Amino acid sequence: MIQGISNEAFILGCSAIGAGLAMIAGIGPGIGQGYAAGKAAEGVGRQPEAQGDIIKTMILGQAVAETTGIYGLVIAIILLFVRPLLGAL
Amino acid sequence: MGDKMGIVFEMAGKEIYIHDSVVNSWVIVILLSIFAIYVGNKAKKAKPNEKPKGILNIIEIVVEGIQSLVSSTMGPDKMKFAPYILTLAMYLAVANLFGLLGFTPPTSDYNVTLALAIITFVLTQYYGLKSKGLKGYVKGYFEPVFLLFPLNLLGELANPVSLSFRLFGNILSGVIIMGLLYSALGLVAPLITPVFHAYFDIFSGLIQTFIFMMLTMVFISMAMDD
Repeated sequence: MIQGISNEAFILGCSAIGAGLAMIAGIGPGIGQGYAAGKAAEGVGRQPEAQGDIIKTMILGQAVAETTGIYGLVIAIILLFVRPLLGAL
Repeated sequence: MGDKMGIVFEMAGKEIYIHDSVVNSWVIVILLSIFAIYVGNKAKKAKPNEKPKGILNIIEIVVEGIQSLVSSTMGPDKMKFAPYILTLAMYLAVANLFGLLGFTPPTSDYNVTLALAIITFVLTQYYGLKSKGLKGYVKGYFEPVFLLFPLNLLGELANPVSLSFRLFGNILSGVIIMGLLYSALGLVAPLITPVFHAYFDIFSGLIQTFIFMMLTMVFISMAMDD
């Protein structure tokens, strides 16, 4: 072990870094949802009378696209608050 | 994120611990039941050929909205799911907005969202089995090629996981960010947090309610059709 750092502190620090890395997963849904919203705005501009249906479809698609980001978030929350790696000491 | 939130009491020499989310769920369910009984009594007394007034008017708009949503998403032959969808919507909307009153929303507990997702999952499987018959249901797992069975099974099991994780992750992240904001801002918190309450509690909560409803309807109608 690196001098002067306890095992617990090392694992907690690495868990925090891991949580930060896990949140990089937020990039994907951000791009995807923004793209879907842009396309929906285009659709509404072309066909304003179908606005309700377009918004419903867009939100449903965005919800599915959000899933990967939520997985990353759940991993980060688990690393920060549940600290499963401390049990492995 | 305390370790013991909720009610702890002793019975027959043992310590019984009831989690916060269960207590809050009970409060929500009791309040909604009282409200439903009150509105039901009013609806019974209302005269059918008169204009509805007061709270009945609002309830009528809500019920009609849910019925048109169900018939446009699932098809007019599946209107029997409308009561379940409205129940889900009422519980989820109140549960997600519970953070505004200073309580922890019960949906920020994974047990609650997993239970809701399992209800949807069982409904999906049951009605898929009922409408397709045993042969068509089993055959659905081996389509288009026999070898794809494990993938089909995994895809079916991933639905409740992603459904529950989505609601849980959204609401819990809102709770965590609000907690961080309140602890970071200290005394100036009441000036800045209303904006974040509006986003994380109201907007996010209602959108997640809508998404859970929509996905439930889409899953059930997808399992029943084709």
